[in-house]
Amino acid sequence: MEFARGSMLYLDDVSVSFDGFKAINGLSLMLAPGEMRAVIGPNGAGKTTMMDIITGKTRPDHGDVIFDQSIDLTRHDETDIARMGIGRKFQKPTVFETHTVADNLLLSLAGKRGVFETLLAQITGAEARRIEEILETIRLEERRDDLAADLSHGQKQWLEIGMLLAQDPKVLLVDEPAAGMTDAETMATADLLKRIAGEHTVMVVEHDMEFVRALGVKVTVLNEGSVLAEGSLDHVSADPHVIESYLGR
Amino acid sequence: MKADPLLDLKSKLFLALLVAAAIVVPMANLVAAPGSDFYLPSFAVALFGKYLTYALLALSVDLIWGYCGILSLGHGAFFALGGYAMGMHLMREIGPRGVYGDPVLPDFMVFLDWKELPWFWWGFDQFWFACLMVLLVPGGLAFVFGWLAFRSRVTGVYLSIITQAMTYALMLAFFRNDMGFGGNNGLTDFRDVLGFDLRSDATRAGLFVASAAALGLGYLLARRVTTSRAGKVLVSVRDAEARARFLGYRVEGYKLMVFTLSAMMAGVAGALYVPQVGIINPGEFSPANSIEIVIWVAVGGRGLLLGAVLGAILVNGAKTLLTGWVPEIWIFVLGLIFVLVTLFLPKGVLGAFGTLSWRSGGARRGASAQPAE
Repeated sequence: MEFARGSMLYLDDVSVSFDGFKAINGLSLMLAPGEMRAVIGPNGAGKTTMMDIITGKTRPDHGDVIFDQSIDLTRHDETDIARMGIGRKFQKPTVFETHTVADNLLLSLAGKRGVFETLLAQITGAEARRIEEILETIRLEERRDDLAADLSHGQKQWLEIGMLLAQDPKVLLVDEPAAGMTDAETMATADLLKRIAGEHTVMVVEHDMEFVRALGVKVTVLNEGSVLAEGSLDHVSADPHVIESYLGR
Repeated sequence: MKADPLLDLKSKLFLALLVAAAIVVPMANLVAAPGSDFYLPSFAVALFGKYLTYALLALSVDLIWGYCGILSLGHGAFFALGGYAMGMHLMREIGPRGVYGDPVLPDFMVFLDWKELPWFWWGFDQFWFACLMVLLVPGGLAFVFGWLAFRSRVTGVYLSIITQAMTYALMLAFFRNDMGFGGNNGLTDFRDVLGFDLRSDATRAGLFVASAAALGLGYLLARRVTTSRAGKVLVSVRDAEARARFLGYRVEGYKLMVFTLSAMMAGVAGALYVPQVGIINPGEFSPANSIEIVIWVAVGGRGLLLGAVLGAILVNGAKTLLTGWVPEIWIFVLGLIFVLVTLFLPKGVLGAFGTLSWRSGGARRGASAQPAE
């Protein structure tokens, strides 16, 4: 897998179709270690399907999906891929509503995953400290013992990002983190993601242009399952194809 | 962050009540003079013992349905298999005292003109072997069934339907005479267990105490699982299975563990049920039985453990009373109870009234019941 050298995530000529509809069509994309990338595109461009392929939920019809230069992700399922270090935040915030905020983070912490391990697990001091750190990062210290169901929409989004952090993955796939947030929350979320990048490779899918601008990173525009343009936000905004298919509408 | 203690106030109250029942009920039957106000007739001891085995069965269903969202509509099968394993031992215990006097073959085999004991009856003359089978047969079936179903990601209503199909298929199989389990009539005419006469009051009292102990141990085991971190994972699987997978939990492993454990608990309940009612037949596999168990849990309150126990005792108590007075209407009343509870008490009796008093104490339930799927 020489071709994937120097990449953290490498997709080459990936295609998948559902009942004849090509959701992803010859998609190629490469993320360097520590890079943060924003992915934009109109509805149905294949953004979520691309994340499904990377995380093992959907198997591509053909194409290479290589993680960390050597791991062929198409051969693994969601659980394996999550354990290898790819974390995912869903479009709709998905947290464990009947658990407390702290328990949500505890269950996400890297480490114990086996049935018998968790049956006997007692919380360690290191785990408790890590949970406190994350609670501080996502500004939910006050809500520690509240049920996740009682959080506001924006707080659930943050909790889910916190759960990703707890997993300490190499790659974070973040689907619409600012959806349903106020302007202030949106900007705070952009700050949070910028702090995370560097240690982690991050791919953010987002509709909100202000948010993408605040991230200030390289942008990939998807349309009809393949890459339409790539570059800075100003560069892709000026691209006539992009304007035609997405921004102009 | 405080870990949920294994023994909270409710658990202590329940276990104390169970110990009290295990002392009072046998005393009221054995010590109190017949005719006195404190005397409990023998049939009542066996009846209450039966309720306790039902409570254990309901507990096993709540463990998977309440905490992991697996709605099994075939749990009666595991109960019946445990019952058959014990019944086979009790048949072998009869020995030459059967109608045909054959020292080895049970009566129905002599009647069918079988010459020797089928291989799957070997070993059942030993009590310890039968006890082992009470755990291994239901557990083994649940493991194989669960491994196939969970690995293929069969969930929700589809899983419920195939569990119904499983118990129905077993019922049809056990009805056949050549299966070697007594066909239509099942196994009955038991004499004694471990040398104690099953018709004596003392043995019945002993079985009652054993049932109470099994329920107490089953409850502690279920508490141990549900208050552990694995229990939190189970609830996570119930509420957001995909999220649990993307966090790196092997969801099918957790489901398989709890499903197998639950089937073993149901098997133990069946094994204690059979000597107290004196018979096991294929009717126990009937799909309606399995649905009834789910109703007990729903009535008592899903996802609370004690709700299942309460529901099993309430519904079966009502069944005993009503079928005594007006037998024809029981099935309608059961349906009505289920509809009313679903409409007005979606969290069940314990969920609705239990939280009223405990909420004020500031206690937070980690895993609360969710509306039925």
